[in-house]
Amino acid sequence: MKAIVCVKQVPDTSGKVAVNPDGTLNRASMETITNPDDLNAVEAALKLKDETGCKVVVITMGPPPAEGMLRELLARGADEAVLVSAREFGGSDTFATSQILAAAVKKVGLEDDDIVFCGRQAIDGDTAQVGSQIAEKLGVPQISYAADIKKEGNTVTVKRMLEDGYMTIQAKTPCLLTCIKELNAPRYMSLSGIMDCYAKPVAVYEYNPLQDDPLIDPPTIGLRGSPTNIFKSFTPPQKGKGKMLEGADKATCETLAAELLKKHII
Amino acid sequence: MAEFNNTNLADFSGVWVFWEQRQGKLQPTVLELMSEGRKLADDMGVELCGLLLGKDVDGMAKELGAYGADKVYIADSPLLETYTTDAYAKVICDTVMEKKPEIMLIAATNIGRDLGPRCAARLHTGLTAACTHLDVDVEKYAAFLKEASTLPEAQIDALDRSDRNLKMTRPAFGGHLMATIICPRFRPQMATVRPGVLKKSEYDEAKANAVVVEKLSISLSEADIETKVLEVVKEAKELVDLTGAEVVVSVGRGISKDVETGIKLAEELASEFGGVVGGSRAAIDSGWLTADHQVGQTGKTVHPKLYIALGISGAIQHKAGMQDSECIIAVNKADGAPIFDVADYGICGDLFKVVPMMIDAIKAAKAAK
Repeated sequence: MKAIVCVKQVPDTSGKVAVNPDGTLNRASMETITNPDDLNAVEAALKLKDETGCKVVVITMGPPPAEGMLRELLARGADEAVLVSAREFGGSDTFATSQILAAAVKKVGLEDDDIVFCGRQAIDGDTAQVGSQIAEKLGVPQISYAADIKKEGNTVTVKRMLEDGYMTIQAKTPCLLTCIKELNAPRYMSLSGIMDCYAKPVAVYEYNPLQDDPLIDPPTIGLRGSPTNIFKSFTPPQKGKGKMLEGADKATCETLAAELLKKHII
Repeated sequence: MAEFNNTNLADFSGVWVFWEQRQGKLQPTVLELMSEGRKLADDMGVELCGLLLGKDVDGMAKELGAYGADKVYIADSPLLETYTTDAYAKVICDTVMEKKPEIMLIAATNIGRDLGPRCAARLHTGLTAACTHLDVDVEKYAAFLKEASTLPEAQIDALDRSDRNLKMTRPAFGGHLMATIICPRFRPQMATVRPGVLKKSEYDEAKANAVVVEKLSISLSEADIETKVLEVVKEAKELVDLTGAEVVVSVGRGISKDVETGIKLAEELASEFGGVVGGSRAAIDSGWLTADHQVGQTGKTVHPKLYIALGISGAIQHKAGMQDSECIIAVNKADGAPIFDVADYGICGDLFKVVPMMIDAIKAAKAAK
């Protein structure tokens, strides 16, 4: 039995977003991290490993430096890692990305007892689409927004969050779950994990080892195979700075109240 | 994969809205899709159709009409009573392949964001997530760009006026960057739309009576559903209608020295305006408020008439969820706090001292009116 986790390396958007004068994103000035929801997905897989002794395989698609992130996940306790990296895969939207990742999951080997884990969404694209699309392409059931997961035999029972409550949903393996931060608290890397991570295997899937999969059809992958394209990207105008009210006393508050009255807010 | 992949785009016509219901109740956020769908349908000169799945949901069709649908397709089955990805995706994809709509809109709720990508993958088409603005007409899109972007006018004027693709605009990276996405080669053009961002339609009784209802004959059996819903639990909690509120008073890390008083002050201030209390992610993560109070990129987007930020520094993730408020007041001890960059009025001071004075001043101003 295996737990296969799809992870993404993303720019750290917490307070460090930098935009170039031409309106494009200054990626060079931003550090990269493992996408936060994906860490919850990795933790869910590692918990399953603690309970059942299953094998944990992490997969990412990205440029070669993403291998560093995979090593960190191996240091947390994952057993094997796969880096999917090829020029043909560049520029993929969610549709094309899920084609490639589904093919990679198939190459790792999806067996009857296996679960695929994904994060709910990545903080750079914020689409929350790739997990569902991988499930569709693998032809397996999906349960998204997982806040609690129990596996007994080949049955998975999941608490799936809604805005106003939750559903309890059961599915048979193989299936795909997308994880949210309420699910667990990701563990740290251990010292021995860091020592051992360089001895663990990182496989690199370039175009060739995947190309025989029917999902890796040139018209369905990369920039050319992406149904959606960016038509325009732009920065919104900065809102003009407002009025700082001097002092923080009674008179200031009265000035504020008068302004609100003038604007018909009160 | 859908057989119409790469087939004739001209075969597709009409704007569709997926109408989400839970336990037989319409989801109010879909009203925003209806008004947006109506605008697009009018610009294209086509019908706006609602797609309604459930059990015994005929009664809701009129309501769909009242909010702008010309026609409502109903799929009625006990197997559709509760949402499952499998059943809903099958019925929707089968119907879309048969009727061929040009545009399909889904609300970006927890259910919409589960359903949309599954359908887009099966239909082999593009899906743009959590859009905040939609246009077909290039003139209207150009007008939007002039208002909402820093692009040079020459670039906006150079747009191809004959382009009829759906232009789906969404924020990226916490609103620092906006991207307009198109799906030129596949149909339907699918979008999930972020709740709370677009304007709602008004209820219209005459339109409710005029709506055309068509029952779909669907093929769906229990064998199609690989997930089993054991229970649906509505958590008993006071519902916080942040997105619908006209006034939101939010608290952040700045109330940490006395959380109870901080929240009480926010509630008192909110009640002066008939508003509700919200919070930054810091306030939610610290357990001071429940998650349904969260304003920001991963919480709710609000655009109230008045937004008051108490002790919130103004990280981009927070600003992304509130910067379109009509009037923003910020109270913060640090005069360099980024929240002041988007505030219409800023007061640099201790909120525990300022807010009681503010409440008094507002009471006095109301009394003198």
